[in-house]
Amino acid sequence: MVSLNSYLMLGAILFAIGAVGVFTQRNALIIYMCIELMLNAVNLTFIAFSRFLNNLDGHVFVFMIMTVAAAEAAVGLAIIISLFRNKETVNVDDINLSKG
Amino acid sequence: MQLLMFYVLGFGAVVSALLMVTNKRPVRAAMSLIATMSFLAGLYVLLDAHLIAALQLIVYAGAIMVLFLFVIMLLNLEEKEGGLTGNTLALQFVSMLVVGTLFVMIVSLVKVDGSMSAVGELANQFGTTKAVGKMLFTEYMLPFEIASVLLLAAIVGAVILAKRRIDDSE
Repeated sequence: MVSLNSYLMLGAILFAIGAVGVFTQRNALIIYMCIELMLNAVNLTFIAFSRFLNNLDGHVFVFMIMTVAAAEAAVGLAIIISLFRNKETVNVDDINLSKG
Repeated sequence: MQLLMFYVLGFGAVVSALLMVTNKRPVRAAMSLIATMSFLAGLYVLLDAHLIAALQLIVYAGAIMVLFLFVIMLLNLEEKEGGLTGNTLALQFVSMLVVGTLFVMIVSLVKVDGSMSAVGELANQFGTTKAVGKMLFTEYMLPFEIASVLLLAAIVGAVILAKRRIDDSE
């Protein structure tokens, strides 16, 4: 049988991968996708705990996280589109307001 | 059998995530993320979370990632605009990955007695649509309604942000 530790470890690994991606990527869209990966890792942790504690509150929370992620994806992508219209690039190294 | 499925799905999820994070092209990264989400949906089915597994495929992989792909193709990016920063990127990437994973693993192992396999028997319809729906409409009614207001705010915000202004000098 698979213990709770295995699921938590997998969630931790996925979260760490997403965090490293947010730090090292240059493309703003891929950074945003790494944020979605972190949210998915947290969802896995919630579902794992919910199953091993026989409590459905984790499922409801995952439902809310998915809703928030959808809303955040819509607004965040709209922001990136507006940014691209002004700067003509999504490379985060080039988007620097202080250089004028 | 469950152990084998867990290792297959977990390995697939980690490999897809690594492919997504180190990719130069946004379309390939989006495809890798869709693969990761599909593996995670399989893991949810292993954990008896049937409704959440279906919602993961419908909402996350089927709607949010398609929105990502629309935006990627709308912006029509070139290949050289992606990739990891720095010259010694392999060393930086691997070191950060190892340190981050170790940190999160240590914290999670210390806090939780994770050796349990299950707590007694599961409820009769654990994780089905009926059970989660009952929770959503009785105990968590307020967050449910507020989520609808949140989605309305997101719709209005997205439309206003992405609208092409008439008097903009481009």
